[in-house]
Amino acid sequence: MDTIRGLASNNAAVIFTKSSCFMCHSVKALFYELGASPAIHELDQYANGREMEYALRRLGCNPSVPAVFIGGKYVGSSKDIISLHVDGSLKEKLIEARAIWL
Amino acid sequence: MLASQHENWGESNMPDRSPRTDTSTDVDPEDKNQRFDRDQSGAVVMFSDSSDRSKEKSLDQKTLRRLAQNREAARKSRLRKKAYVQQLESSRLKLTQLEQEVQQARPQGGSTSTAGDQSHATGALAFDVEYARWLEEQNRQINELRAAVSSHASDTELQTVVGNVTAHFDEVFKLKGAAAKADVFHILSGMWKTPAERCFMWIGGFRSSEILKLLTNQLEPLTEQQLAGIYNLQQSSQQAEDALSQGMEALQQSLSETLANGSSSTSGSSGNVANYMGQMAMAMGKLGTLESFLRQADNLRQQTLQQMHRILTTRQSARALLAIHDYFSRLRALSSLWVARPRE
Repeated sequence: MDTIRGLASNNAAVIFTKSSCFMCHSVKALFYELGASPAIHELDQYANGREMEYALRRLGCNPSVPAVFIGGKYVGSSKDIISLHVDGSLKEKLIEARAIWL
Repeated sequence: MLASQHENWGESNMPDRSPRTDTSTDVDPEDKNQRFDRDQSGAVVMFSDSSDRSKEKSLDQKTLRRLAQNREAARKSRLRKKAYVQQLESSRLKLTQLEQEVQQARPQGGSTSTAGDQSHATGALAFDVEYARWLEEQNRQINELRAAVSSHASDTELQTVVGNVTAHFDEVFKLKGAAAKADVFHILSGMWKTPAERCFMWIGGFRSSEILKLLTNQLEPLTEQQLAGIYNLQQSSQQAEDALSQGMEALQQSLSETLANGSSSTSGSSGNVANYMGQMAMAMGKLGTLESFLRQADNLRQQTLQQMHRILTTRQSARALLAIHDYFSRLRALSSLWVARPRE
């Protein structure tokens, strides 16, 4: 969990992914489309990737990836990101965290 | 579009110009095209000869325009009714056919149902039947909504009917979700939709951004805030659609790479079999993600509709639901007409 928290607070927008995850690809694409440059952390690249995955699940992220953090706070998985984008909150959060500027 | 065409015409026919000039055969080619275009649109056909043009000066231009619009509206209404009846008939037919098929499939032990699961669609055929039933019920509810709108029901009454229609709409997403668990390819194939609907399908359903586009003209008058809201919603759903499409593309590319990586040496050696099985296992894993894309695509559709209702008033929501239904209804009718068209 510490690794997750640590990495999550390093950037305004952080996405945890796995190389085998194609939904992660979509979430990344959406962030790029919005003008954000999220920090991407691929769990397979980390020695304690397994533990990180458990930590994400304990946060309520199901499936564990993609897991999105904005301004250091856990926002959700793909389902949440889509819902937040549709009602405009995603953009608001990104602006608030200075992940994007208008 | 109608108004601007009308205005142009008005401008080019100032009272001091002789009407004959415009109808003569050696008229300026540009004017000729203008008149031709207007005739094509069907809106101001009445101005095609000079006797009508003299009437134009005496009749109020607004009245003429209104009469033309009324005629056009009546014509469209007749077409809508025809399409609706066509679609009703074909969906009844399909429902009967499907029910017969299910009956026939049962004695043979039906490959479509798994033991013990009666309540959900567990196979392609069963889903088709459930969907056909859902469609019938939707038609009924939409008629109820149409009646409520045209009878100028109170906002509270309207809200109830709108709520019912919306809840019923959510039902189809549940059906699809359950069916996708059993057979994701069937849902993605769109074989449960009519051909024309299938043509415009995106990841197992409609494109929310397209639906919003067809609504903006039909929901007037909208406040500035509503217009902005709808525009933003359209943009957001478009962005989400693009993002999901990109993910799907990445999946497809990865899948084809997996399947392409085969050794081309002689068959029979155990190494090749192991490779093949490994390949298939990897491909199977990747296919598993198709279901999540369908789920998120449906999620996007649901969220977009919900947000739309938040932006609109009750009455506008009612009209939006009617417009959406009519659009798909027409697509379905179009499919029937197309299938039944005379061929050489």
